Amino acid sequence: MSDCLRLCTAASCRSRGALALLENSDRPVKEVGCLGPCSEGPLAAMGDQLLSLQPAENETVGPTLEAALARSRQISAEDPFLKLQRRLVLARCGVVDPGCIDDALAQGAYQQLQAVLAADDPSAVIETVRRSGLRGRGGAGYPTGLKWATVAAMPGARKAVVCNADEGDPGAFMDRTLMEGDPHTLLEGIAIAAFAVGAKQGYIYVRAEYPLAIERLRTAIAAAEAHGWLGKAISGSRFSFAIELRVGAGAYVCGEETALIHSIEGRRGVPRPRPPYPAEHGVFGLPTLINNVETFGNIPALLQLGVEAYGAGTKVFSLTGHVQRSGVLEVPMGTPLRTIVETMGGGAAPGRSIKAVQTGGPSGGCVPASALDTPVDYDSLKALGTIMGSGGMVVLDDTTNMVDLAAFFIAFSREESCGKCIPCRSGTVQLEMLLRKLLERRGSAADLSQLESLCHTVADASLCGLGQSAPKPVLSTLRHFRSDYLELLQPAEVAR
Amino acid sequence: MSVCTLRINERDVAVPTGTTLLEAARQASIPIPTLCFLEGLSAVAACRLCLVEVSGADGHAEPRLLAACVTAAAEGMRVQTHTPRLQEIRRTVVELLFTEGNHVCAICVANGHCELQNMAVDVGMDHSRLPYRFPEQSVDLSHAQFGLDHNRCILCTRCVRVCDEVEGAHVWDVGWRGEHCQIISGLGEPWGAVEACTHCGKCVDVCPTGALFHKADTSEEKHSHPERLQTLVHARTHQEWSP
Repeated sequence: MSDCLRLCTAASCRSRGALALLENSDRPVKEVGCLGPCSEGPLAAMGDQLLSLQPAENETVGPTLEAALARSRQISAEDPFLKLQRRLVLARCGVVDPGCIDDALAQGAYQQLQAVLAADDPSAVIETVRRSGLRGRGGAGYPTGLKWATVAAMPGARKAVVCNADEGDPGAFMDRTLMEGDPHTLLEGIAIAAFAVGAKQGYIYVRAEYPLAIERLRTAIAAAEAHGWLGKAISGSRFSFAIELRVGAGAYVCGEETALIHSIEGRRGVPRPRPPYPAEHGVFGLPTLINNVETFGNIPALLQLGVEAYGAGTKVFSLTGHVQRSGVLEVPMGTPLRTIVETMGGGAAPGRSIKAVQTGGPSGGCVPASALDTPVDYDSLKALGTIMGSGGMVVLDDTTNMVDLAAFFIAFSREESCGKCIPCRSGTVQLEMLLRKLLERRGSAADLSQLESLCHTVADASLCGLGQSAPKPVLSTLRHFRSDYLELLQPAEVAR
Repeated sequence: MSVCTLRINERDVAVPTGTTLLEAARQASIPIPTLCFLEGLSAVAACRLCLVEVSGADGHAEPRLLAACVTAAAEGMRVQTHTPRLQEIRRTVVELLFTEGNHVCAICVANGHCELQNMAVDVGMDHSRLPYRFPEQSVDLSHAQFGLDHNRCILCTRCVRVCDEVEGAHVWDVGWRGEHCQIISGLGEPWGAVEACTHCGKCVDVCPTGALFHKADTSEEKHSHPERLQTLVHARTHQEWSP
């Protein structure tokens, strides 16, 4: 199969006409998931050669695949965007046909599940995960092994595993990439987790805005059931496990775990105070393990490599914004931001310079250009006043007004607030009003200090993570780009 | 039954394990402000007025802000209920409530007997530092005996909970989200058209403001009766029906 042409038909290349190329093709083509540098799409690959089928500026794509291939541009395997990656989670993404379980099985899917079931030692699996130091990839970075051990230790015959696939940060599309490109790796990771904690029922909560991911997950779940990798007595063992797909209804807050639980139960997607944590009282009151897509995606690779070879692991980022080359990349944990943004992403457009990199979406903050040598890991980014987040990385060049950016994120949080607690429901509205006032140059120094103080109140007093982190984009830009705010004050105010 | 000892505002307090910090403080005559909480109903920790600073119990050096209504007392906890930081949060929360509604005390049925009004006095809110938003809100007068004025609703959801948990009718719920949240009856129908309503009036009795009211009441005439709920819940729980 290695010399068969692989064409990316995932969301990004699809939006650039990949499906039309697929229809207008005479040769055998294998549909695959994301190949990486989305901005060069549509992308194809032959063996280890990556081809950009992107037409020149005044042309249109195609019309046939042959015509597109004739004009294609090869992206060298030595290109830093490809070379500096370490693909563990996305190892088979862009290689396997996500719609074909036989292809996935031929390339090693479900082998780790089989090995785990053959060894029949759940606590050994948890111990491996704990020793690896794997932390939750959804953004908060909770130690995965500890979470698994907690759920495993809970009494009760019935437990549940939930995969949080409600990826909603603006500029984040890592989880979508894995679901569209290699759903079986995700299913295998979830099944291994379920075996480790003793759960028989699994749920994948995926947002409705990801129709292709939903379709491919449905296909993959059905195929895995048909091949005996999900369902009763998996691989001849005593382990039975079923996965149900639950589709969200468009609320960002349902990515918060307690709101997600309510939504799975068919109730209003509203957070509740913790404790009790889901490990104790989760879906339908069962002890529940909730992890993000990428966290589960790490498990098969971790078990295959072993703790030593796995090392510090990787992080998948979706690089986007004012950068020359955008797309999905998986890099070793601790890679400097500068390597990702400048070396791999090619930096800002000619004549422009990078002002900041936004990580963690509405819950995160900005890293100023002066701190680009920071390694990407949980603690370094936290020290800068932002968070690792789920992996959205938005590059901002010197044309960006940071107050404008903060207002964008606050408007997002205002729109997505569930309305349960007052600081978030009413506080985000007042925060946006204050930011708009500043942007319209009607603001005073008093408004600026009120903005800051209200940010702290909303962060301190809100019920769930959405409200608690909603002011972060404001606080982070105030910390690193205060001059952008001061410039907007009425002239008399600055002189005062 | 095991007992734990904790310290609230430099006072040692001993309570049965599992007691909430709110109960523990009230037993020690330390008042913690609340709006969404009502004894007899489940706690939802939504109004955030009962936030207290807790340190000690779980090894955190930095005090954590926890809602007293849902946090269980634990051995060795140190609780502060009225620090400047908490007082600033409480005043801001009350200001946020006033700015998102249309609270005109002078013409309100609950004037003088309103928990929101009392709370504003308690937290020292003589004016709002944030601008009033004057949202356009409606009034539902379709029910024969009662009315619902959304202008005065603070979305505490006491009505939702009392109707669901005590009356068992679940007439009320919350519709929409964020700033657009509104208490809805039935499936968003006029209250008078909801057949599930038993006209018991419990929602009116527990409403902290003038949002739910008897139609016969005019300015200053509404008195809430949360004690009726508490008597009923006590009677049911302990099977003691004589007063």
